[in-house]
Amino acid sequence: MNPMNYVILAAILFSIGSAAVLLRRNAIVAFMGVELMLNAANLALVAFSRIHGELNGQIMAFFVMVVAAAEVVVGLAIIIAVFRARQSISLDEPAELKG
Amino acid sequence: MNFVTPTIDWAALTPIIIVLGAAAVGILIEAFVKSPATRRTVQLGLAVVALAAALGVVIAQWATLEGAGTVAMAGMLTVDRQALAWMSILLVFGILAMLLFASRDGGGAFTELGASTPGSLEEKLARRAGLAVTEVYPLALFAVGGMMLFTCVTDLVFLFVALEVFSLPLYIMVALSRRRRFLSHEAALKYFLLGAFSSAIFIFGVALVYGATTVTNLDMIGRGATMIADADPILLAGAVMVVVGLMFKIGAVPFHSWVPDAYQGAPTPLTAFMGAATKAAATAALVRVMFVAFAPLEWELSWLIWAVAIASMVLGTVVALVQTDIKRMLAYSAVAHAGFILVAFAGLEGEALTALPFYLLAYGLGTIGAFAVVSQVRERAEDGGVGAEAVRLGQWAGLGKRSPLLAGSMALFLLSFAGIPLTAGFIGKFEAFSAAVAGGAWVLVLIAVLASAVAAFFYVRLIVLMFFTDAPEGAEEVIAIEDSALTRTVIYVTAVAILILGILPAGVLDLFADASVLLVNAG
Repeated sequence: MNPMNYVILAAILFSIGSAAVLLRRNAIVAFMGVELMLNAANLALVAFSRIHGELNGQIMAFFVMVVAAAEVVVGLAIIIAVFRARQSISLDEPAELKG
Repeated sequence: MNFVTPTIDWAALTPIIIVLGAAAVGILIEAFVKSPATRRTVQLGLAVVALAAALGVVIAQWATLEGAGTVAMAGMLTVDRQALAWMSILLVFGILAMLLFASRDGGGAFTELGASTPGSLEEKLARRAGLAVTEVYPLALFAVGGMMLFTCVTDLVFLFVALEVFSLPLYIMVALSRRRRFLSHEAALKYFLLGAFSSAIFIFGVALVYGATTVTNLDMIGRGATMIADADPILLAGAVMVVVGLMFKIGAVPFHSWVPDAYQGAPTPLTAFMGAATKAAATAALVRVMFVAFAPLEWELSWLIWAVAIASMVLGTVVALVQTDIKRMLAYSAVAHAGFILVAFAGLEGEALTALPFYLLAYGLGTIGAFAVVSQVRERAEDGGVGAEAVRLGQWAGLGKRSPLLAGSMALFLLSFAGIPLTAGFIGKFEAFSAAVAGGAWVLVLIAVLASAVAAFFYVRLIVLMFFTDAPEGAEEVIAIEDSALTRTVIYVTAVAILILGILPAGVLDLFADASVLLVNAG
C-alpha cells in the first residue's frame, strides 16, 4: 500500500481535530480536538519516516507524545479548576472577558 | 542501525542549565520550606540570583565567543551572538518580572492556594491561616529557561519542545490571580486552548516540512528548499503552518484572539512578564526560522507576512481606540505592535537582525513598566483596605495630580509605545521600518507609519486623562495608590532605561549590530 495514503489520512484527522477546536463549545471536546491534531502530526511524521526510509521521524513522534502528555496534565487541571468554580465547562458561558 | 551518542557542549549551555536547574531547586524549596514568609524570601532570592548569574554567564560568553559561535548538541542548538543578545534581553525581563511578582501590595497579586475554588470555605481558611504558595517563582524560571532555549534552537522538533516548555508554565500562572479569580480561570482556559491549538498547527507544519525535505534542521531545510522545485505544495503548506504557529505566540491578527483575554485576566505582574518576554522569544524564533530555513521561500511567504502585518496594525489600533479597560487597551496595543514587528520581516534584510532585538527590548521594557504602573492604581476594598486594580479608564482621571511620578512614568511608557522621539520606542520603530524600506516594502512602511499616527491618539488620550482631567468628587476615597518599594523600583528603572535608550541608543545598537550574524551550521 502506498504510504502516502497515511499522510492523506493524517491531513483528514488534522482537519477534523481543528474543526472540533473551532466549532465545539465544550472545553473537553475542544481539547480532544487538539489531541487529535497532535496525533495526526505523529501519524504524518511516522508515514514520512517510512517514505524516506529513515528513523528520525519516528523518534520525533516520541517527543510529540511526551509533550502531548504534559499538555494534558496542565490542560485538564485548568479545565477542572474552571468546572469546580462554575459547574460548567461550556466555552460560551464564561463571558466575563469581552470586547 | 547504529545510534551515535551525541557529544554535548555543556559550556555553551550553562546559562540555560542555571535557569532550569534553579527552577528544579525551587520546586524542592516549595516542598520542604514550611514557613510562607521564609519560603517567599528564599524563592525570590534564588530566582533573582539564578537569573543574574545566567546573565553574567551570557555576557562572559559574548565576550569570549570565538568566531561566529558554538554549535552544541549535534547541531540542535547554536549559541551565536544573535542568540546571546536575545537571551540577555529575556533574562533582564525575567529579573524585572521577579521583582514585580514579589511585591506584596494588597496581599500580592497571586492567590494563596491555586487549587482552591473561588469563594469557597477552603479559600477563606487558606487566607486566614496565612498560607501562600510561591510556585510562581519556579514556574517563571521554567518559562524563562524555555524561552532562552527557544532563541537558540536550530531544529524544528526541538523548537516545538522549547515552545511547550515555556508555554505550559504560563498557562498555569495565568490562572493564579488573587482577585477576580473567575476572570483569571477563564483567561487561562482560553489561553490554553488557543495555545495548544497553535502548537498543534506548528508541529503538523513541522511534519510536512520533514516530509518535503527529509530533515528538520533549520539550515538543512534552507539548503533543501533551494533545491526543491519551486512551489512544492507540501513544503509550502508546512512552512506556512510553522510560521502561523509562531505568529500565534507573537499575537498577530488573525491569531490574536487570546491576547486581550489573557492580558486582562492574568495577574498584572504576570501580564507584564508575558507581554514582554513571550513576544521577544517568539520573535527570536521567527527570525531564525525565516532567515535560516525559509529564506529561499521569501517570495512565497511574503504575502503572509504582509497580510498579517497590515491586519494586525489596523485591527489592533482601531479596536484599542474603543476600549474602556486599561489592560485590554494595552493588549490591543500589543497586537498592533505585533504588526510593527512583522513589518521588519519584509524582504528579510540583514538590518532586521539589529532592529528586532532593539525593538523588542524597548517594547518589553515599556510593557513591564506600564503594567507595573497598572498594578499600583487600586480600588479601595469595602473594609477600607486595598482592593483589585482600578482598570476602568475613567478611574485614572487626575492621577497626575495625586502621584506625578507614577503618572509621569506611565506617560513616558505610552509615548514610547507611540514612537515619539527621545524615547526608546522611536528608535525601535525607526530601525524596524528602515529594515523594511531596505527590503523594498515602502508601501508596508507607509501603512505602519499611518497606523502609528492613529495609535498615538489613544495613548495621548490616557495621558490627557491623567494630567488634564480633574478627578471626580470623592475619588480619593475610591481609588488607592499603592507605594510598593519593589514595584516602584521596577517602574523607575524601566523609565530611565527607556529614556537612555531613546537619547543615547548608539551603544546598544552597536552591540546588536555585532549580533546581526546568524550562525549557520550543517548539523
